[in-house]
Amino acid sequence: MHDYLSAALGGALIGIAGLFVMMVQGKIMGISGILSRLLPPADDDWAWRALFATGVIVTPIAWWGLSGSSPTIEITAGAPLLALAGGIVGVGTVIGNGCTSGHGVCGVSRLSPRSLVATGLFMTSAIVTVAAKTHLWGG
Amino acid sequence: MRHLLIFVAGVLFSAGLMISGMINPAKVIGFLDIFGNWDPSLAFVMGGAVCIYALGLRFVLKRPKPLYADRFSLPTRADIDKELVGGAILFGFGWGLAGFCPGPAIAALGVAPGQALIFVATMLAGMYVARLVLRHQASGARSAASPDSRK
Repeated sequence: MHDYLSAALGGALIGIAGLFVMMVQGKIMGISGILSRLLPPADDDWAWRALFATGVIVTPIAWWGLSGSSPTIEITAGAPLLALAGGIVGVGTVIGNGCTSGHGVCGVSRLSPRSLVATGLFMTSAIVTVAAKTHLWGG
Repeated sequence: MRHLLIFVAGVLFSAGLMISGMINPAKVIGFLDIFGNWDPSLAFVMGGAVCIYALGLRFVLKRPKPLYADRFSLPTRADIDKELVGGAILFGFGWGLAGFCPGPAIAALGVAPGQALIFVATMLAGMYVARLVLRHQASGARSAASPDSRK
């Protein structure tokens, strides 16, 4: 399948998943919020978040088991960079109240001013980071 | 039934990440590398997701309430504060460094555990600390405001 087509199809599935969450639970499908609110002190609404996260985690494993080939995941960052990046993403998404799913998909769809600003900023910041990393420091 | 539906939502989301290639940090970095060997395909992920979600939401929100909750919890804030700006910039920085955002990182846990686990562990630690600090600030602001009822 062409890259653009599979990307759009995958995106459509992500949109449908977001609609499920709104239809069933009445909540925005934001992964950073779902994960951070599972951490202590968790609120009483944790069960659906845990189930959603479980679905996300087990699906690639099931896919691997059924198809016999693991989804392509190439990670060039070494352990220290992964650790640093993870910490920054964790802090940034809690302070900024969302990530690619909550702001970038759900919020942008609703034309939420906060999400439009956040998405513009994190896209710009990520693009500048990649440019600086690959072209100034040579990856 | 409710639990099954939410689990299916997680499955669909994860399948979307895999089919689109969003689960692959190298592809994400190729998408973000607009000044280099740019791979624009992932723009269609957000495009596809936003189209479906925006269209579908009109129908979902016509219902009086969600299937298993009392009401739709839609964010109503519209103010752009420094937390939103700083947090989003910080998140983008971390995203660009490794090519992982929270969804793909937990989806990759089972299939590339060695690396994804490092990222997810520090991500959760970062979330925990940031929540703690925000909570502390909020309670500090409340107690500072209460004696003379300043807002």
